[in-house]
Amino acid sequence: MSIILKTEKLRVEFKSREFRQQPKIALRGLDLEVGTGEIFGFLGPNGAGKTTTINVLLGFVQPTCGSAALFGIDVRQPIARQRIGYLPEMTYYYKFLSAEELLRFYAKIFGLSRSETDKRIENLLKLVELEHASKRQIKTYSKGMQQRVGLAQALINNPDLLVLDEPTSGLDPVGRMKVREIIQRLKNEGKTVFFASHELGEVETVCDRVAIISEGELKAIGRVNEIVAQHPSLEKAFLEVIGYKPQHA
Amino acid sequence: MKTIFALAGVVIKELYRRKDFYVLFILTVVICVIMASLNIFNDNQIIRYVKELCLLLIWVSSLVIAITTTARQIPAEREQRTLLPLLAKPLTRSQLIFGKFLGCWLACGLVLFCFYAFFGALAASREHAWPLLSYFQAAFLHWMTLGVVIAMTLLGSLVFAAPSSNSTICFVFVATILCVGRYLDAVALSLREPLRSVIYSVYYAVPHLEISFGMRNLIVHDWPLIAWKFIGLDAIYSLAYTGIFLVAACLVFRRKAVN
Repeated sequence: MSIILKTEKLRVEFKSREFRQQPKIALRGLDLEVGTGEIFGFLGPNGAGKTTTINVLLGFVQPTCGSAALFGIDVRQPIARQRIGYLPEMTYYYKFLSAEELLRFYAKIFGLSRSETDKRIENLLKLVELEHASKRQIKTYSKGMQQRVGLAQALINNPDLLVLDEPTSGLDPVGRMKVREIIQRLKNEGKTVFFASHELGEVETVCDRVAIISEGELKAIGRVNEIVAQHPSLEKAFLEVIGYKPQHA
Repeated sequence: MKTIFALAGVVIKELYRRKDFYVLFILTVVICVIMASLNIFNDNQIIRYVKELCLLLIWVSSLVIAITTTARQIPAEREQRTLLPLLAKPLTRSQLIFGKFLGCWLACGLVLFCFYAFFGALAASREHAWPLLSYFQAAFLHWMTLGVVIAMTLLGSLVFAAPSSNSTICFVFVATILCVGRYLDAVALSLREPLRSVIYSVYYAVPHLEISFGMRNLIVHDWPLIAWKFIGLDAIYSLAYTGIFLVAACLVFRRKAVN
């Protein structure tokens, strides 16, 4: 199994805009490795640094020190993003475009040929069940439909690595199940999924390995069954790892 | 290049699916048609004033469209978070800037074509003449000037936080250049040092958009064509400033966090 996502001593500091304020440290020397074909869950409470890690991996934020690489290429090189798909936490796309136009636009950015684009758009719209609404402008879509457009755009280049940031947030149970099915299907196709989420039950069902971070530090990493071995559930393990103490014991 | 054209295509689609252009175009058409249909003061030469006002409206409308369209491009992408899935693709930030610029510039070119076609039809209906080459020269330099304005606004949209403040600053800056740009050297001559050097520096540093703005006179007063080499030189001058603003925008955007 080759490593396709790697961070080494990754540190991110955000300078404060206030005078004489200490910089906010979002990540403190994060070391991660994700191998081919894995579904990797990335867990942590709010503000733990999950989205910052994804932002560094996608080149949105420059690390203060340390390094991050995708497929062995430094994430600062745009070519590192050629084989990845990304679904952000909040899916907002150009609302004046239709789903088909949006997918065609992203396909052009990946440099896909017209025939390949047509084929992929047809397959993806079928996969996310949006064929009936493909010509409608995205502004007329429900939240669940927008999330599915997001998933389709993340898959337009047939990526080897899919980065999902809270992919099921705000979805109804059917929508969640659908996303889960798609992730499982991608796993069967040998794709790698890097999956940040708060939904511990979902992570437990879908993921092979998980990492738990808190306050920018890696607290635990390993196979899901290893982490839950000494706890009744992943939730209990998670709470213990992040050091949560119930106030009403 | 394919990526830049793809980005430009989205900008153009946005412009024609929004209402801004249609509103300004209809407003200009209504005002000009009403003015052209009246025979004020029984003056046979009144068409000149109509032409002048119509061209002024075209300039104002095109600047409004260019600045407002460009000013919202990157801030709207950030605010609506469409920038994240976009930059997660194999796309450099410079390509994004150039794509946005090209889209706005081409969209403004289309807008100008519509405006000048209407202007030509209006003038021809009264004068029964269609000096196409004069219109082409004026429209071409107008478009080149819009390139400078668009590149400058794009740079502003990366520096100023809100699109409204950027639009206002760009409007004031462009209006100031158009109105007083040509007099700055004369003002400098009347001043003492070191203010004279300061004003001279400003005079040589700012893009002199008023050169193209003055091309209105060519059409209004039916002046002979300008030599093509001067048209070419003015185009190069505009392109140089456009390039400077775009490179500056790329440098500003290069390391900016977009989270």
